[in-house]
This record gives sequence, structure tokens and C-alpha cells, in this order.
Amino acid sequence: MFKYIIAIIRPYKLDEIKEALMEAGFVKGMSVSEIRGFGRQRGHKERYRGSEYVVDFVEKIKLEIAVEDEHSDRVIEIIREAAKTGDVGDGKIFVLPMENAIRIRTAEEGKEAL
Amino acid sequence: MFGVPEGLSTIFIMSLMLAVRIFTLKSNPLFKTLPSYLRYVLLTGYFLFSLIIIQSFGSVSYADDATPTPELNGADTAWMMVSTALVMLMTMPGLALFYGGLVKKSSALNTMLMSVGAYALISVTWFIFGYSLAFGNDVGGIIGQFVSPFFYNIVETNSLTGTIPTSVFAAFQMTFAAITVALISGSVIERMKFSSWMLFALIWSTVVYLPIAHWVWGGGWLMKLGALDFAGGTVVHINAGLAGLALALLLGKRKDTRLMPHQLGISIIGAGLLWFGWFGFNAGSALTSGQLAGAAFINTNTATAMALLTWMALDFIKDHRATALGAISGAVAGLVAITPAAGFVNIGGALAIGVGASVLSFLAVSYLKPFFKYDDSLDVFGVHGISGIWGALATGIFACPWINSAGRGLIFGNPSQVGIQVLAILATGGYCFVMTLIIGKLIDVTIGLRVKPEDEIKGLDASLHEESAYGL
Repeated sequence: MFKYIIAIIRPYKLDEIKEALMEAGFVKGMSVSEIRGFGRQRGHKERYRGSEYVVDFVEKIKLEIAVEDEHSDRVIEIIREAAKTGDVGDGKIFVLPMENAIRIRTAEEGKEAL
Repeated sequence: MFGVPEGLSTIFIMSLMLAVRIFTLKSNPLFKTLPSYLRYVLLTGYFLFSLIIIQSFGSVSYADDATPTPELNGADTAWMMVSTALVMLMTMPGLALFYGGLVKKSSALNTMLMSVGAYALISVTWFIFGYSLAFGNDVGGIIGQFVSPFFYNIVETNSLTGTIPTSVFAAFQMTFAAITVALISGSVIERMKFSSWMLFALIWSTVVYLPIAHWVWGGGWLMKLGALDFAGGTVVHINAGLAGLALALLLGKRKDTRLMPHQLGISIIGAGLLWFGWFGFNAGSALTSGQLAGAAFINTNTATAMALLTWMALDFIKDHRATALGAISGAVAGLVAITPAAGFVNIGGALAIGVGASVLSFLAVSYLKPFFKYDDSLDVFGVHGISGIWGALATGIFACPWINSAGRGLIFGNPSQVGIQVLAILATGGYCFVMTLIIGKLIDVTIGLRVKPEDEIKGLDASLHEESAYGL
């Protein structure tokens, strides 16, 4: 079986996390998207000509990785360590069970497709 | 001129520094109980008072400028053509970028196109009928005589205005008429129909700008009264500010009234280009390349820099941080306020004008606008109107006869100048406000002023122009 790991991280942490994951060697690919959102601390304030606006949605990066079950704990740990600054807004990691993966070019499935 | 008690200036400068320190303390026991805007007013009042004292004791005498020769002067002509090009730069990249960066992403192009369209329209109408009506021979102090349709016979006869060709003078003035109209657009962006805007620009420039330019500069009644407006405090800025306010009132509020600049970086470039072009606007208004242009040049830069610093300081007092938008708002307020005074005041006057501009405009956008709840999108009234009024008034206070023999203000012993300035402000502002309401109403009942609600939500770039400023 596989796990689908979604990590919401600080944009500037992306390279560090990628390096750490590649070094560990379990991860063969990943998808990255620029997203915006908020967590418990909400967004931040901006002030224009004296008026204050609360910007709810903060810029984040969404990292998506599919890994084999036995590697998932290690991958999560690597992401958690590399993404951590200790301040609010470091992000979250979501882990989903994944049924299958199919490589479009060759129709390979499962482990071979990752 | 006077016996200069040197110690007095020093004492006042030191006390000023002390006053600034006291006012900027976070927990100031003296002023904690006062409303914050009163603190700004008190500090500014004290600053201006000190400058008046320093000025009136520290004045020296300067020789009068040599009388200008009536022949064409190549240096003057070259400078005026450069100035004309500089003022052009203020509208099309300058104002377009300044305004363009301040609006939401979905209306950035529409905002810029309002400036661009106004520039082109006035460029054409000015030489068909505008120049004649503003600067033609005076008819009853109200309007110029319309004798040269299509600029006929002015270029052909090698006519001169002062020491420069009339064609160059007319082109220079054309750029003023254009930017005045473009300035108004800042009040109405994100909700006015583009077709209505262009029609408004045509009618307004004819019915409001041309007479007012004639009153103040073209030999009309305010000029005869001795109203001082070196480069357009009343003609350009009070005029645009009040027109903006009137039009914003007619249009009503936007659905989303927040000022959320989508790209402040281009606004900073725009403000920089405005500042750069303003050297042509103000120093060019000397119409020669001599001492007076030099004075106007340094006054422009000094007042603007002072106003920028002042707005940053006000941001700091209020919110304990400086902001980029605050800095460039201060710069524009300073540029506006020094405009009528540029060729009349000395550096002391320029500094006072810079400080006053930012304080008053800051109060207007932070307190006046929320209090009256009008939606002046980019604060054209708050910045151009208010600082224009301050500049016109300050010209009456600080005009120094040794800079320009044509102006003597209150602190140089001519209190009546303030009265004349107030009259000019009221006449220009009042006429402009009422006429703009009438023109706006007429357009509203015929082709309509405002876009459809769904177009406003979608953003004007896509709905009116089928374009967008930013692709994927």
C-alpha cells in the first residue's frame, strides 16, 4: 500500500525540504503548487494610507508526494524537521491512504509507477 | 536686510527638534489626553510658527532679476521644450503607473487608460480651441477670445510669448491641461464607464479648465486681482481635487471600497516619474532658464523631500512603522503644495509647505474621508485638493519678494495676499465643484456614469476593454 502525503509549508523552506527528501532517497517525485490559506493564527495585517486590512490568506506552498507505506514515517519526519522554524505558520502535513498509482506512458501500476 | 539676531534662529531650530522629540515619544504625558489629530495640528502649527519667526528675521536682500529681453532666446526655448516633454512624462507613464499600481489587479489597465486617453484627447482639443480660450485676449476677465481655431496664424507668424515661441508655450500649457483631467480619474476608478469618462474629459476641460486657466494665468479676473499661482496650485490641483470629489459623490461608493494596491512597486516608479517630471512642471513655469527656474527647481525638490519625510514620520507616530505608500503619498502631497509657490518662496517657505502638505493630506485621508464616508478611490481630493489648497494659501503667506518681485506674502509684510489667495481658492474650488456636479449629472441622465454591477465585480479590464493586465 501507499501513502499520499500533502505538506503545507513556508515558501522559502521548499528547497531545503526538497534537498532533505532527495538525500534520503525514498522519494522519486513530487508536485508543488503555490497556494494561499490560513491556519489557527489567521493571516496578517496590511496598512494602506492609515486603513488597516486583515489579509486572511497567507502564501504557502503545497507539496504532494506519493510514497510506499514503509517509507512514509521517515518522509514525514524529514519534512517536519526541514520545515520547522518554531514560529506559528510553519504549516501542516496531511497523510492519506492511497489505493494505486498508474504511469500514463507505460500503464505500470503500484510500486513501479511511483 | 534686517539686523539678523543669529542666536534666535538657532534657538528656534533647537526648540523645534525638542518639540519633534516630545511629540514622537510613545507615551507622552503632555499630549496623551489629546486626540491624535490635534497633536499633528499642534506640532505643525509650532513648526510653521518657528519658520515664520526664523524667516522674518533671517531674510537677506537679493538683486532683482534683469528684465527679460523681448527677443527669442534659444536657451529659454530649449529649456521649455525639455520642460514640456517632462510634464508629458508625468501623465502617461507617471500618473498612469502611480494610479495603476494602487488599484486592484482587475482594473489596472482601465485605470491607466483613463490617464492615457485624457492625455491624447486634450492634446488634440487644446490646439483646436483650448489654447485660444485659455490664453487668447481677455474677454471680460472670464474667458479668452476665440480667434485662432486650429491654432491658425500662431505658428505661421512666428509669434513669441516672452522669449519663447508661442507654439512652445502653448505645448507646455497643453501638458498642464492634460494632466489636470487625468488627475481626476483617481477619484472615480473601478466604477466609471470609460465612454462616459472620455465624454466627461472633453466637456470638463472645456467648461471648467479653460475658464479657470484664463482667470489665473491668461489675463482673467483673478490674475488682475494679483492671485499668485506659479505652476498650477489652483488651476491644476484644487481644480482636479474638487472635480474628483464632486464626481465621486455623484458616482457613489464602489462595492469594495478598500484601497488594496495590487503592485505598489509600479506606484513607486510612477511617483518617481511624477517627481522627475515635476521639475519641468514647476521650474518650466518660470518660462525662462534663469534664476527663477533655479529657485523653483530646488523648492520643488526640497518641499517634496520634506513632505515625504513628514508623512513617514506621521505613519510612525500613528502606527509605529513607515510605509512605502505613505512615503509616496507624502511626496505627491509635497509636489502638489509647492506647485503654486515654487517660484515665489525661499527654502524656508518650501520646508514649511512640505510639512504642512503631508500633515493636512494625512489628516484628510485618515480622518476626513472616513468621517464623511465619500469614496474618493485614490484620494485625489485628500492629496491634490487639500495640498493644493494649502499650497495656494501658503504662497500668500511665504511669498518672498527677493525670489520673485511679483509676489510678497504675509510674513514679508503683505497680509492682503492671503485674502486674495483665499478668494482664488474659493472661486476656483466653488466654480469647479458646482460645474462638475452639473456636467456629471448631465452625463449620468444621458449615457450613464457608472458601469453595471456585474462589470464592477468582474473588474473593468475584462468587462470594458476585454483585456487584462496580467496573464496567467
